[in-house]
Amino acid sequence: MSLREARRDSALCLSVEGAWTARRVGALEPAVLALDFSGLRQLEIDCREVVTLDLSGAWLLYDLEKRATAAGLSVSYLGDRPPTVRLVAQTLGHDGESVVTRLERPLQPVTALGRSVIDRWQAALSGLAFLGETALRFARGFLDPRVWRPISIARHVYETGIHAIPIVALIAFLISVIIAYMGAQQLQKFGADIFVVDLVTVGVLRELGVLLTAIIVAGRSGSAFAAEIGAMRLNQEVDALKATGVEPIEVLILPRWIGLVIALPLLTVIADAVGVLGGALLCHYLLDMPLVQYFQRVEESVAEFTFWAGLVKAPVFALLIAGSGTYRGLQVRGSSRELGRLTTVAVVQSIFLVILADALFAVLFMEMGI
Amino acid sequence: MTQPVIEARGIVNQFGAQRVHDGLDLTVLSGEIFGIVGGSGSGKSVLLNTILGLRRPQAGEVRIEGTDITRLDDAALRELKTIYGVTFQAGALFSSLTVLQNVQLPMLEHLDLGERALQELAMLKVRLVGLPADAAQKYPAQLSGGMIKRAALARALALDPRLLFLDEPTSGLDPIGAAAFDELLVGLQRELALTVVMITHDLDSIFRTCNRVGVIVDRKMVSGDLASIAANPHPWIQAYFHGDRARRFGAGHGA
Repeated sequence: MSLREARRDSALCLSVEGAWTARRVGALEPAVLALDFSGLRQLEIDCREVVTLDLSGAWLLYDLEKRATAAGLSVSYLGDRPPTVRLVAQTLGHDGESVVTRLERPLQPVTALGRSVIDRWQAALSGLAFLGETALRFARGFLDPRVWRPISIARHVYETGIHAIPIVALIAFLISVIIAYMGAQQLQKFGADIFVVDLVTVGVLRELGVLLTAIIVAGRSGSAFAAEIGAMRLNQEVDALKATGVEPIEVLILPRWIGLVIALPLLTVIADAVGVLGGALLCHYLLDMPLVQYFQRVEESVAEFTFWAGLVKAPVFALLIAGSGTYRGLQVRGSSRELGRLTTVAVVQSIFLVILADALFAVLFMEMGI
Repeated sequence: MTQPVIEARGIVNQFGAQRVHDGLDLTVLSGEIFGIVGGSGSGKSVLLNTILGLRRPQAGEVRIEGTDITRLDDAALRELKTIYGVTFQAGALFSSLTVLQNVQLPMLEHLDLGERALQELAMLKVRLVGLPADAAQKYPAQLSGGMIKRAALARALALDPRLLFLDEPTSGLDPIGAAAFDELLVGLQRELALTVVMITHDLDSIFRTCNRVGVIVDRKMVSGDLASIAANPHPWIQAYFHGDRARRFGAGHGA
């Protein structure tokens, strides 16, 4: 037992023994807290038998002193007051009382609403400012082409484009197989097998090819942009660039935007091609359709604008992905948690924007009668 | 009679073909502040990681309080980590936690404390290293360099270790801040009877705090009290202790 009590009259004598260390505080604290001071006037603490008394153990004694004093007892030690207890008392001093975490008061509903409106408004403004600044920088490239940094752009085309070819091709192939398979099941009932070809070609060329490519690229490159730039911010590399007289927007943002605007349409072309080929494969093996007939039907079903109606969306999607990726990356401040949060935001936001833009394109094309 | 707390014998650390330590010996006595000095790339941090049990040396043994830590299994190694505290070069505070939570993290992992004790003990450590109470609720990104070093020290002291390892505790601090940190360190070492091992480049800091120093030269360690090390004829040691910047103190310290 590490704590022995002996009572005589109105005095309580506590013998503290053994090891009072950080490891044992959890076990000792309840016993100390359970002491009943009622009817007592004096507390004597005997530390002469204690083997080790570290700072955490000393805190327990200090806490005991404090509570006993508050209950109106006079506290004394048999022998010396241990130096560690003295150190704790010195450290926590007078204002040692109310140091326990004071939580931030939750905001009142109206205040919270107002603050969130202001926050959102300011976020929208700073987003616009970022967009404007990048556009200005880009425009300056017409006067001074060095602003565009071709080597850096090439690197981003390579990383966001060439590296993504296998996965983009695979997904496009699988999607066209799924459409052809689902379509064939339904259309066979009407003996309209041949329309499977229309379904695959028009579906892949106009919508799915570019949309799925953009979503994959948003997941791959949007996150990479945000994480790369965010880590550079945490590491003060962005400040170092500014201090060297190099504009971060010019070296970090523009090449990524331009690189992705080049890479995404190219990936889309690949996805379109693989998608149409995948449809051919399935039609050949599942519907026993000769390949010649398939490609004849492809030519018939594809209108003048089908391919371009899909491809024209790619640069727009690329700007949305690169924009939110780089913008979120630049917003990273302070902690690694921010980095993770903003990377997530970048991906979710770019996928959302891509789908939203796709919906707007659909309405636009319908109005234009394409 | 002071006895060795850390005894390392014949340590060999090798990365590929490059041998960083070749038969390095090190003895740290109980209750002293031992400074480790060496040029950049001489393997000070590697040596620290070896003593901490974060890295197994290719050869040699490291005894901490008599146990050879190079032969411990994971569970015993985890146990060992409660007897020492460490601060890293850049602070290495967890950036998503407040200072108080940083201090509480080792307590939560290793101790079984109630909510109140957890709060109060963490606050005690924060105050102990001379940080104001309101710093406890701040995140590392909101702290100055000196405060980060102090917060890292508070976290190192969380479990009331007997042994403290500091990796360049005063680097990046202004001379006054560094002097204040040294003063804090010496005070804590005396009050808590700590044994401190510290890596440093800061000559002022060495003269202010260290009882003995060990210099890593030629992949081995030369150690002794300040006077005997300063008198060592090795050219690197001579350049270090008697170079231009050392001359300012040299006269007063028995060189």
